[in-house]
Amino acid sequence: MNFEGKAHLFGDDINTDYIISSRRKRDTLDEVALARYLMEDLDPSFAASVSPGDILVAGKNFGCGSAMEIATLVIRGAGIPVVIAKSFARTFFRNGINCGILLVTCDTGLIKSGDLVAVGSNDDFTSVTVNGKRIYSGAALPASMRSIIESGGLVSYMRNSQGFSN
Amino acid sequence: MSGLTIAEKIFSSHAGRTVHAGEDIVASVDLVMATDGSGPLALDLFKKMDGKAVFDPEKIVMVLDHYVPCPNDKVAALQDGMRAFAAAGNCRIFDLGEGICHQLLPENRYIQPGHLIVGGDSHSTTYGAFNAVGTGIGSSDLAAAMIAGKLWFKVPHSIRITLNGQLKRWVTAKDLALCIVGLLGADGAAYKAIEFSGCAIGDLPIDDRMTLCNMMVETGAKCAVMPGDALTRSFYGGTDRFVSADEDAIYEQSVDIDLGSIEPMVALPHHVDTVAPVSKLSDLPMHMGVLGTCTNGRVSDLELALSVMGDSPVAKGFELLVVPASRSVYLEALRKGLIEKLVAKGAVVLPPGCGPCCGSSPGIPSNGENVISTANRNFIGRMGNVAANIYLASPATVAASAVKGVLADPRGEAR
Repeated sequence: MNFEGKAHLFGDDINTDYIISSRRKRDTLDEVALARYLMEDLDPSFAASVSPGDILVAGKNFGCGSAMEIATLVIRGAGIPVVIAKSFARTFFRNGINCGILLVTCDTGLIKSGDLVAVGSNDDFTSVTVNGKRIYSGAALPASMRSIIESGGLVSYMRNSQGFSN
Repeated sequence: MSGLTIAEKIFSSHAGRTVHAGEDIVASVDLVMATDGSGPLALDLFKKMDGKAVFDPEKIVMVLDHYVPCPNDKVAALQDGMRAFAAAGNCRIFDLGEGICHQLLPENRYIQPGHLIVGGDSHSTTYGAFNAVGTGIGSSDLAAAMIAGKLWFKVPHSIRITLNGQLKRWVTAKDLALCIVGLLGADGAAYKAIEFSGCAIGDLPIDDRMTLCNMMVETGAKCAVMPGDALTRSFYGGTDRFVSADEDAIYEQSVDIDLGSIEPMVALPHHVDTVAPVSKLSDLPMHMGVLGTCTNGRVSDLELALSVMGDSPVAKGFELLVVPASRSVYLEALRKGLIEKLVAKGAVVLPPGCGPCCGSSPGIPSNGENVISTANRNFIGRMGNVAANIYLASPATVAASAVKGVLADPRGEAR
């Protein structure tokens, strides 16, 4: 998998309520319809600034708070295929893999807003390149998670297998 | 090979082999819980996964608790979808007004020592109070677990928190929880299990253990687990199969806390881990109070609040919302006269449910208001208004503040 897109920067501890407010879930669960409210409590103009293919870049503990999967789906609904963060909250990490978003954990301190970021992920390693310069090269995801992502997410994984192999 | 932590033992018994921290495993689950927050999407994904039937109807529980009473026609349709799914699949559903999932599951003995429970709600860590592993998952996971009865997991490393000593008067498990969250930080236990130990646990009532385990997700923890003891046994009427850690179990970090050193604490807006002693923050004006939720909505919490308030009414201009955690709690509070006393003091009682905690149901503060709440999160906009400020505290501190109309130390207010 290879992705390239413009970076949008966020800080530490971005919680799922900031990603999409609970009050918006009262109206619809459609990820594309909700995408216009992405991060609205932090920056009401943010959603309009995102183009499909753009990449979210954050500090530590991205996606903390509620376990609600709609937070990952709304990011997908905005056309964002990759999130890079110093660290992820565990439920966000699970949900991200389960809905087929590539999550990369690395030091994001070198990435600036608007940078062109390229992310590569294969069986052997994961890499991040910023404006042509490689800033990270690390281990590939564990096989169990990779098989879910390679299926295109947990829905297609389950549709194919109807279960998990031990 | 070294010994095992409680979490490693519970994951081992569900993986069918001995597993250690850091391993990627597939494990069976004993219970799958979905709410009206996470369930509707899970049912949609269940269909998309070509799910035909749930793996075991007795191991699926649905709880309509986030939107109570139902705020609009769209949520009504989503809740109807859950009722229809539960009826078709013969699963247990708790309907509007019965209570909050994290109160109902223990009340109805769905949580058993040694069990692995996955819940479509982050505060599923609460079930650790009963010597079980409870962990929050999203809707894809819910759908897959309902079909397969299994999920993928990473076996967590554990942090051991040893509790000694005794809480002082008017200091509560919530103050202890806020202290721990401040100590570890909002991601200090990310992906990890928190294992409680120490002789102080025997003195902690079940309600307090639930409050503690509930709040531990605010450190990023995957689960928080208490040892089993006589109190756990009495709660379950004789169950004796507790899971305990091996003496040579490996912990990534060990923290010792003297309960006698804890004082009333508050988490300041807008981070759960920005905590300070109430005594250092006197006289901040407060406009609204929330007494209740899955963290502190039990009879003991209401009793504590009333004993702090004494004969004083709620301060003029202060809005005190009371949210019992379940219908059983509500009924017991009615029988004991607690609700009557709270209402007479000027409180507004809301139906059992998640209510104002996450802005999903009414109880929304206005612009610039300061809210003192027994809930578990104080993020911007959490209660439905981005211009409000949420302070988290114990029922005793909320009660003291409700009487004064300013942030108040319960040790000064109680009589």
